[in-house]
Amino acid sequence: MAFIEKNLPYILAGISVGGQYALIAIGYTMVYGILRLINFAHGDLFMAAGFMMVYLSATLPLYIAIPLVIILTVILGFLIERVAYKPLRKAPRMSVMISAIGVSYFIQNSAWYITSGLAKQYPTIPVISNSINVWGSTTTVVTVITPILTIILVAALVALIRYTKIGMAMRAVSRDFETSQLMGIRINTVISYTFVIGSFLAAVGSLLYFTNYTTVTPTAGSMPGLKAFVAAVFGGIGSIPGAVLGAFIIGICENIIKGLGWTTFYDAFTFALLIIILIAKPSGLFGEKSTDKV
Amino acid sequence: MEHLNNKQKILITAALIIGLFILLLVLEQFLPSSSMLFVVLKKGAIYALVVVSMNLLNGFTGLFSLGQAGFMLIGAYTYAIFTIPVEARPMVYQYFNGGIVKFTLPVIPAIILAGIVTAIFAYLIGLPVLRLKSDYLAIATLGFAEIIRAFFQWDKLGPITNGSNLLKLYPVFHSVIFPFTVAGICIAIIVLLINSSYGRAFKAIRDDEIAAEAMGINLAHHKQISFTISSFFAGIGGALLAMFQTTVQASAFRATMTYEILLIVVIGGIGSVTGSCLASFLFIACSEWWLRFLDNTTYIGSFKVPLLATGFRKVFFAVVIMIIVLFYNRGIMGTNEFSLDALIEFFRKRFSKRRKEDSAT
Repeated sequence: MAFIEKNLPYILAGISVGGQYALIAIGYTMVYGILRLINFAHGDLFMAAGFMMVYLSATLPLYIAIPLVIILTVILGFLIERVAYKPLRKAPRMSVMISAIGVSYFIQNSAWYITSGLAKQYPTIPVISNSINVWGSTTTVVTVITPILTIILVAALVALIRYTKIGMAMRAVSRDFETSQLMGIRINTVISYTFVIGSFLAAVGSLLYFTNYTTVTPTAGSMPGLKAFVAAVFGGIGSIPGAVLGAFIIGICENIIKGLGWTTFYDAFTFALLIIILIAKPSGLFGEKSTDKV
Repeated sequence: MEHLNNKQKILITAALIIGLFILLLVLEQFLPSSSMLFVVLKKGAIYALVVVSMNLLNGFTGLFSLGQAGFMLIGAYTYAIFTIPVEARPMVYQYFNGGIVKFTLPVIPAIILAGIVTAIFAYLIGLPVLRLKSDYLAIATLGFAEIIRAFFQWDKLGPITNGSNLLKLYPVFHSVIFPFTVAGICIAIIVLLINSSYGRAFKAIRDDEIAAEAMGINLAHHKQISFTISSFFAGIGGALLAMFQTTVQASAFRATMTYEILLIVVIGGIGSVTGSCLASFLFIACSEWWLRFLDNTTYIGSFKVPLLATGFRKVFFAVVIMIIVLFYNRGIMGTNEFSLDALIEFFRKRFSKRRKEDSAT
């Protein structure tokens, strides 16, 4: 109990960061489930959403800027898929991955060009930036809202996948690409929907994440992106509840490590976890058994 | 159609190499040492080595590894740690009482040691990681590169690595001949390896693992060899890069560096050594020299040229790279190699065509 009391601020921060990772991780896990592609550009999409918010909120009121950021991010995600991944659908997996790395390089450099490499101050969103007292430790409202919002969104997503027609198509495509094509499912539509959902969640995640961290830089997306991917692998790639659980575990562990004073290693911890998982249980916590990973 | 025999080929190749070195020597005599040409040549040679070492792994063995920056970091640090002169150590390790390494190695042994240390690390990392396939291997090696970076920045290792502070004051090269010689020897060794029975086994693994195994190739063993050797040369490349930059800091060896190297491999052609070399020089020349003007705000008369501003060069690069990846995925050379035979053939065709055209008119 004393441990929890002492580390409460870190645990709260961990839960909040975990929720934000979870929103990004869903984008990875859904895309990987369907295309078998690590979408390296997903983290940069998240960063781009941050910059859009910075620029749009400078001229527009927040109630217009926030929906606009979400819409633009979704369009960007859709375009990335159409331009960089669709032409390579029949190419070897390595080419698609190189294309993803190329897109990531492009987005980062464009962001660098537009901002001249300077860190930008993220606008304060009223209400969720306020301070709040939780069990004797002060934190911001966003910390409390993030896990709740994450769980609501995930529940909605799971319902979408389980009960709607497009959700059923997604499940079919991730089970067997070719056969579902033979059954008359429009693969390209399904893939576009996947990217749209992933980008939407990344945009929401970016609103919460940058409210917490307050500055956006052109490389701000790469680390959270990689960590979210690790979370997706940890939970079992293709499984949405797995990705969410993995993200929360990583967020909390990371912040406890920070709290113990091992700040240098808090990035490394995530990757150490990844390597242990890949070697010990490559299908992750909830992943389906598959033989092509190892 | 006669081909050159082997003896002639070796003679011509040797003559070309000697010619290149004489050219470099002459250039150094006549051009001021601050000329951009030398910066490009030095950095280009170093990148060529690193890119070829990555190509050995990605292009010839089919192992999609993204750990190159991490291995270069080990090489760079090993070199720097063991070559800082004893009298300069208190100044470099000012926060760690002069560090715990109290001796200095000469330059060449230190470079070789950098390769060996990197290879040992790579061997240990390879044991668990090489069991993974394609994208899982990529992400695991990327992860290891990050872990290595964190370790080298760790305060507790400060007496050896100087924590997150700079390493400096170690011997560096001034002449462009040095990186060319070292990188040249290393690339030559890699080419010999690729043309040996090991190289053929690597290619077999790349093309079809199951078939290769059926032909009696020990997959784990050969992957491990390829991974270790590639890292050995990446370590040497890292040491050269440390010499080129004159200071080393772990925070510079990020995943972005690996991505850049990978993209050069793609530009040159996955599976072509000469393509990699060509692409490295081209990439470095463009990014350091020829395309610099894209970063400067320019006026023609009173007209401000649009778009040109800091960072535009990189955006331009990224667009070119995306075009290559999407529409021209064989890169400059594909899997072909530059060879004298092909060159002679090319000119012969050109001339015979012209002769025909001449006789027609």
